[in-house]
Amino acid sequence: MKILFFILRKEFRQIRRNKSILAMMFVMPVVQLIILPLAMDFDVKGVNLVVVDNDHSTTSQKLISTVTASGYFKITGDVLSYKEALQFIEKGQADIILEIPPAFERNLVREGKQQLALYADAINGTKAGIGSGHLLGVIRSYNKDLEINLKAAGIKNDTGRIDITYSNWFNPLGIYKYNVVPAVLVLLLTLIGGYVTALNIVREKEIGTIEQINVTPVKKWQFILGKLTPFWIIGILVFTIGLIVSAVFYGILPVGNIFLLYAFAMVYLVAVMGFGLLISTYSSNQVQAMFVAFFFMMIFMLMSGFFTSTDSMPGWAKLISELTPVTHFIKADRMIILKGSGWQDVKAAFFYLLAFAVFLNGWAILNYRKTN
Amino acid sequence: MKQLFVFIRKEFFHVFRDRRTLLIMFGLPVVQIILFGFALSSEVKNIRLGISNAEDVSSRQIVNKIKSSSYFLVSEENISEGVIESEFLKGNLTAVLVFPPQFSNDLLHAGAATVQIITDGSDPNIAKTVVNYLTNIITAYQQESFGVATGYRIVPEIRMLYNEEGNGSLNFIPGVMALILMIVCTALTSVSIVKEKELGTMEVLLVSPFRPIWVLIAKAIPYLMLSLANFTVILLTAVYVLNVEVKGSVPLLFFETMLFIITCLSLGLLISNATNSQQTALLLSLMAMMLPTIIFTGFMMPLENMPVPFQVISNIIPSRWYFLIIKSVMLKGLGFEYVWKETLVLAAMTIGLLTIALKKFKTTL
Amino acid sequence: MKEYVIQCKDLTKRFGDFYAVDHISFDVEKGEIFGFLGANGAGKTTAMRMLCGLSYPTSGEATIAGYNVYTQQEKIKQHIGYMSQKFSLYEDLTVLENIEFYGGVYGLDIKTIKARSNDLLRELGLMPEAKKLVGSLPLGWKQKLAFSVAIFHRPQIVFLDEPTGGVDPITRRQFWDMIYKAAATGITVFVTTHYMDEAEYCHRISVMVDGKVKALDSPATLKADLSAETMEEVFYKLARGAQRSGD
Repeated sequence: MKILFFILRKEFRQIRRNKSILAMMFVMPVVQLIILPLAMDFDVKGVNLVVVDNDHSTTSQKLISTVTASGYFKITGDVLSYKEALQFIEKGQADIILEIPPAFERNLVREGKQQLALYADAINGTKAGIGSGHLLGVIRSYNKDLEINLKAAGIKNDTGRIDITYSNWFNPLGIYKYNVVPAVLVLLLTLIGGYVTALNIVREKEIGTIEQINVTPVKKWQFILGKLTPFWIIGILVFTIGLIVSAVFYGILPVGNIFLLYAFAMVYLVAVMGFGLLISTYSSNQVQAMFVAFFFMMIFMLMSGFFTSTDSMPGWAKLISELTPVTHFIKADRMIILKGSGWQDVKAAFFYLLAFAVFLNGWAILNYRKTN
Repeated sequence: MKQLFVFIRKEFFHVFRDRRTLLIMFGLPVVQIILFGFALSSEVKNIRLGISNAEDVSSRQIVNKIKSSSYFLVSEENISEGVIESEFLKGNLTAVLVFPPQFSNDLLHAGAATVQIITDGSDPNIAKTVVNYLTNIITAYQQESFGVATGYRIVPEIRMLYNEEGNGSLNFIPGVMALILMIVCTALTSVSIVKEKELGTMEVLLVSPFRPIWVLIAKAIPYLMLSLANFTVILLTAVYVLNVEVKGSVPLLFFETMLFIITCLSLGLLISNATNSQQTALLLSLMAMMLPTIIFTGFMMPLENMPVPFQVISNIIPSRWYFLIIKSVMLKGLGFEYVWKETLVLAAMTIGLLTIALKKFKTTL
Repeated sequence: MKEYVIQCKDLTKRFGDFYAVDHISFDVEKGEIFGFLGANGAGKTTAMRMLCGLSYPTSGEATIAGYNVYTQQEKIKQHIGYMSQKFSLYEDLTVLENIEFYGGVYGLDIKTIKARSNDLLRELGLMPEAKKLVGSLPLGWKQKLAFSVAIFHRPQIVFLDEPTGGVDPITRRQFWDMIYKAAATGITVFVTTHYMDEAEYCHRISVMVDGKVKALDSPATLKADLSAETMEEVFYKLARGAQRSGD
């Protein structure tokens, strides 16, 4: 215990003197927490629409004004031909073309049915899909209006109509930052736990002090615990700062039990630190460590469900996703913060993380040898 | 010329002897392309849906339609409304479709019935998509079952331009290209130069009869070549593994890519001038450059949704322009006349960066 | 009856089919200053790392302070001090903090550390620099400090791996004074060097060539045996046939 105290004191002194690490650990989180949620708004709004009205009738005008009134669309062009409209798409000034054929109104009245063409720029699949979905919805309700008009005119309509209502629980307004902020908190802990730990230990290797440590009677666990504890404490501090920033800046207060959240953060940190430790035992200089850490962190983050839902992944990808600790913490973290899930709901994720913590640290400790 | 060749060969040795550099250089792009191509799609699938109260003919028919769509996994067929919340809390279900008790009856005799969709809104993207999908399925059912001939109707037909099959990875490919070229050129170049500074070998090179400017050129050429090789690898992976069709001119693609690579090389040069340790160089090029690149290129997060200051900032990020160019040329098949503006911006940035970098390099001699 | 603190017999370290250290045998007495000479790449550092418990021998036997190098490395580490080729103090800690840290790591209590570090700093004349970062000291001071730290916990043996590399002659002289002083208190000193004038200061020296111990005796005897004027000549005569060139 006494030896551990000396190691800890040394680590804290070194961290305190390293201004760039301190800045990285305390400024970056705040900056990331403020920038990322603002930047990550996947809500498809303001779809740019270019209209080709070949009919210029009352009905077509009414349709266009219904579309505009829906609020989803911004009409960036009103042109005479499809070819001209395509130019808008090519230049990236429009996302969807709405083409109304000639004699639109006449055919509608005469045949009761009329086609309408939508062309979406599908390179950005999400925007094309959701944008045209919205447009379909608007046209559908316009159809309804047409039917109602007809009903009013005395034509009988005995259609069985299904009305659909919906409600989004936990986030009724569908605000994206609710989903993003908890994930950024995880990102922060990952960076501190993974990167900083790996770099710190490799630095001792690079400057040669680790050899001096290896020749002392210090036990492996004392050295590793001495290395991890300060960053663990800093990680928890950063997590706390992160929670405060998200409360003050975004008004996101954890719905669930805050202690449960901290319990997760604590175990998660140990797990990612184990990962950092593992990288450091396999690298001989900081550049190597950074490359390897960057490679894996990139994959971990992409596979974690931060950006895309893990449910949508194919089986093999889901498996990889399950095998990274980030996934489990992001899941549990969102559940606790946004929905208020309790211990019973998230305990599986907790045990996963615990297993990761034991496994990664165990591997790292086995792989760290004082004698080669 | 012979000196230059010797120098370039030395640089290749450095790269190919370090497995970790190779991992970043060729492993990362391939893994990313494959992940983006097969694992990460913006399309929402396998939604775990619960059904409540589907006890009569019409509701069963709707449920069957839902089951036959590939978007949903109907995991709970008959859950009571009381347990919906706890299922959400456990994360077992993403959405629940609730039918009213007398659904068929209402529909047939009263002419109208209401169904309710309840979603777990903690992921708004999924929640919105679920509502969209279900609305489409139910509306289609309604039209099939209750006649098409009622009233006047407008039938929209949708065509997906440039991407008829709905290949979800299209938007990511130019993004990954920009990202990887950025890492390889900027990070690896700056690190390799700073490494020579750290080891003191830079001084040796500079006192050699080799002119300093040639030292830089010799440093840059291998990375230019490696980046082009990298670009080719990404392109081939995209074409042969992900079945992405290159619609535009390949020479134009390579020309634009060369330009972007030179932009990144200049940036790397600038970073290496500004720093003296590999660690700082890496932190600057990986951490400080990476995040803005991911955010402001516009391939993962829609630029137009960002606050105005962010959109303004995005203009100074080179990869953003490159992304636009590649998207237009490769995926839309457009010619130079559509991308000359972006090309010009990129060229101006390159000249600017290169001028500053060279000036600084001279003063450090 | 002589008391040996280092005993090694046929100690070997092999990497693949390369014998870095090839069956070396020698004993070192308590309180002796034992010089370990050899050209670059002769295997000095590898041998020393095995003796310190940093590296497993491939074969052979060795005991350090009575402990086995295969099984009791951690025991060995309690009884030795080590100063590596690379400067091994923390540059971002102060002089005092470095002393405290290494003292603490060897299990000394705070009171002992305080008392000893006061003595040490006074002796070294570093009192005014106690609160300065080690990184800001001149190299000579750093080396002397590193040595003091290596013997701070009063080990039985101290291993010094080329301790005076890159240091000016005056500081080297002072450094050797410190070594003598330490030896006088009963600490055995095991030192590698390639400064031949330093070899003269040792009680006994061994000369390593291509992983083998080519000669082992007092400097005077070696010079007489090889009819050489200086240690330089001794070394040259022994190492002439070396296969391995310097690294």
